[in-house]
Formats: sequence, C-alpha cells, structure tokens
Amino acid sequence: MSLLQLQNVSVALGETRVLDDINLHVVEGEFVSILGPSGAGKSTIFRLLTAALPLQSGQITCAGEPLCARNGSFAFMPQRDALMPWRRIIDNLTLGLEVQGVTRKAARAQVLPLLADFGLEGFEQHYPAQLSGGMRQRAALLRTVVQGRPVQLLDEPFGALDALTRTQMQTWFEARWQTARWTSVLVTHDVREAVALSDRIYVLSRRPARVIAEITVPIPRPRLGRPPCAAAHAIEARLLETLLHQTGETP
Amino acid sequence: MQRPVPRRPGRGLARGIPAVLSVASAFLIWEVYVRLSGISPLMLPAPSRVVHQIVLNRALLWDNMVPTMKATFAGFALSLTVAFSLSVVLDFMPRVRRALFPIFVVSQTLPLVAIAPLVVLWFGFDLTPKVLLVALVTFFPMLVALVDGYAATDPEIEDLMRAMGASRGQVFCSARLPSAMPYFFAGLRISITYAVVAAIFAEYVGARAGLGIVILNAKNSFRPDLVLAAVVISSLLTLVLFAATALVQRIVLRWRDVEGHR
Repeated sequence: MSLLQLQNVSVALGETRVLDDINLHVVEGEFVSILGPSGAGKSTIFRLLTAALPLQSGQITCAGEPLCARNGSFAFMPQRDALMPWRRIIDNLTLGLEVQGVTRKAARAQVLPLLADFGLEGFEQHYPAQLSGGMRQRAALLRTVVQGRPVQLLDEPFGALDALTRTQMQTWFEARWQTARWTSVLVTHDVREAVALSDRIYVLSRRPARVIAEITVPIPRPRLGRPPCAAAHAIEARLLETLLHQTGETP
Repeated sequence: MQRPVPRRPGRGLARGIPAVLSVASAFLIWEVYVRLSGISPLMLPAPSRVVHQIVLNRALLWDNMVPTMKATFAGFALSLTVAFSLSVVLDFMPRVRRALFPIFVVSQTLPLVAIAPLVVLWFGFDLTPKVLLVALVTFFPMLVALVDGYAATDPEIEDLMRAMGASRGQVFCSARLPSAMPYFFAGLRISITYAVVAAIFAEYVGARAGLGIVILNAKNSFRPDLVLAAVVISSLLTLVLFAATALVQRIVLRWRDVEGHR
C-alpha cells in the first residue's frame, strides 16, 4: 500500500493556478523525485504536505488516512539549511524532537550516536557559521531524519551548494540512503540528481503543473562515484526531452 | 573543514588606544587654552579644576548620585518589562499593533522639557515621576527594536518549525525571540544612553536630591566647575551602564562572535 498518495490535487494561489490535477504516490522505502522546471510549483506540493497551505481540492492520504494538519507524517528539509545561527549544532539537531516534547537530554541521547555517520562528530558544540556548506547540509539532513517521521520531504537539498560539494554530498547521501532506506520525496530541477537518487521520477509541466511523465529508474545502486552507465544516460536524455518539449505557459 | 575561533588577547585594548588619545588631547587643548588665555573659572573652568572639584565634593556627589542611579535603574527596569511584554502582545496580535503603535510614536514626540514639569506636578518630588520619565524616554527604542527583530525572523526557519508541528508559542520562543536579540541589543544601547539623561532632567525640574539637583544648585550659585563635576559623574554613570549592556550582549550573542559569521 502507498505510504503517501495525492489524488486529483489542484491548487490556485489567487488567480494563478499552480497545481493542476496532480496524482502521485510513494511506497514505503521508496525514493521518489518530483522533477520540474523552476517555479513550476514543486515546492507547493511540500507546502500542502506540511500544512503551510490548505488543501483546496483533491485528496491527500498518508498510510490510508486522510492528511490532517498535524499528524506528523513528514519531516521537511528546506532548500537552504535553515539552521538556527544562535544554536549550537547539537541544539539544532534536536530541534524537531524538542518540538515533539522530547526532553533535551533524551533528544541528545538520540542524536549523538548518529553524528559519526553524518560526519559531524566533534562539531556538536560548534555554531552553524563555523561549518562548511556540506556539513551544514548534512546537519540539516540529520535534523530531518532524526525526527522519526515516516516520510522525508527534501526540497532541493543540494541546490545551494557549489558543484563540487554537491557531487560529494550526493554520493555521500546515496550511501547513507542505501543503509537507512528513508522513504523520501525529493523536489529538484536537476535531471542528473533525480536519476542518480530516485526509484521513480514524476515530471511536472510548467505552471499550472501537471504530471507529464512517470519514469521508473531500474538502475542498480550505487549509481554515483562510478562512470554513469548507458541506461542512466538514456533516462536523463528522455527526461530532458520531456521537460523541453512540454506544453504550458512559457516562463 | 573546521575553522577555529581565533583568540587574540590584547587586541581589544589596542583598539581602544585611538579613542583614549583623542579624548585626552581634547582635554589637553582645553586645559592649555584656559591657562594661556587667563579666562575666569566662572566662565570656563579647566579640566584640572573640575577634577579637583570632584575630589573635594565627593561626598556630595556620591550622595546625589545614589538617587539618580535609583531612578535610572527603576525606570529602566519598568521600561524593559513594559517594552518586552508589549512586544509579545503586539507580535501575537497584529491588529493591536496597528491600533497602538501610533500612540507609542506620539509618546516619543512629546518634548521632555514640557512633559517633565507636568509629570512632577502630577506625581510629586519623589522617585515616581523620575521613574516614569526614564521609562517614557527609554521604552520606545527597545519596543521598536523587538518588534522589528521579530519581523526579521528567517521565514525558512519559521516554515521549518511549523512543518515540525510547532505551536505558535514554540515558534515564538525558539525562532522569533532569539532572532530579535541582535535588534533588541541595538535598541537597548540607544535606550541606556537616554536613561541617565532623562533621570537628571526629571530631577532638574523638581526633586529633593540627585545629580540634577546638584547641577541646578551649582548653576544658580555660578559654579560652572561644580556643574561640570556633576556632568562628569553622570557621563561616567552612562558609560558604565553602556559597558554593562555591551557585556551582557557579548554573553547573549556569543554565537555572533564566532569566526565565519557575518
């Protein structure tokens, strides 16, 4: 059964139709990407899921239950790391647990054993400003997954990094994901990133966004850190083709 | 990847040297001018004479500094409490903010010269009118700083907290309030420099004791040296308060001092 399902979801912000009859689903343990041009409304889907935006029409179900505002199904990782500059790394990492009402001590006990895997060991007492971009992003990811929510929502998590750091982070992330298998939804406009990380990819059109393609990526992992295979190239080419030859309003 | 936090001891002291030199040379020029021109000390007393007066009148100055300090601290404590409580109310109720903010702005347009005698008239020669005047003068910069500070919270951090399921109160305590702290301290520094001046002015208008009274009496008996002696004390008082604020700021905003922060 799908862990997350969107059925006929449409959203209009004022006069602008942003999402038009979106249907998608995510199975447990699956990595699904939502790929689309910039400004297509990819992030709007996350805003719906995190209840930052009310659902106007359609249906969202989570493990069969209708989505309600605070049912705690999602952990959200924003585009920029959104680490609080006034909190030390350890206190940033426990933020989500604190919000859930976990005591500081228990929250720390939960986070500390994970630091090594996220390359943050020895940095827990640092402030975010003292960390490199890649480390901050890893901290943001750890802050997300430690919340223990069923689905991780990743909003262009590597978009703000420089190209080299991004590649390193993607490779590192793939390895982490392979051990942890967090059910994840990734929003991105980076075709290569989507192909490298996803089990399935939904391609969105320009505004108003519709799902114009659903592509399965049957390439064995790990896919990164080695020369890309022909199958990956073929999928990337197909995705680009779909994105470039779509209908809809020109941006 | 780690950028260590550099500690350069003595750098703060070295940075202070230009300021000390400029202040010292200003006093030196003043002193030299008074001695060479032979101007009457009733017109312009030399700095050395002012210092001498401080030493001679130390008991008088101390006894009168205490009430001024009391008024300053009580007024500032009141102002801080009111500014903070109001800022929270205004942050949670934008409609109230729109209704009340003009009143606060108007409160800042009232000339102290006109309002001080009235407040003394209403509340007498005791501590109360001084406390109220200090509070009136100092609360606005802090209130504005807090309200602006809340508004400057990174929207991504707020979105993130709401996505975590945080309540309005949790967002306020964990995101908006800490975000406002740098702004608050900027307002606090402005406020604290007004506080002593306001207290002295309130005393000047009517009081039984205080630096304002010392200044008033000295002026009336043509003693500019004693006026300036009281002025020096009041300046020192303000400087001490300013330094204390800076110290608290350093502790609270420790995170801003780390390397790599802009």
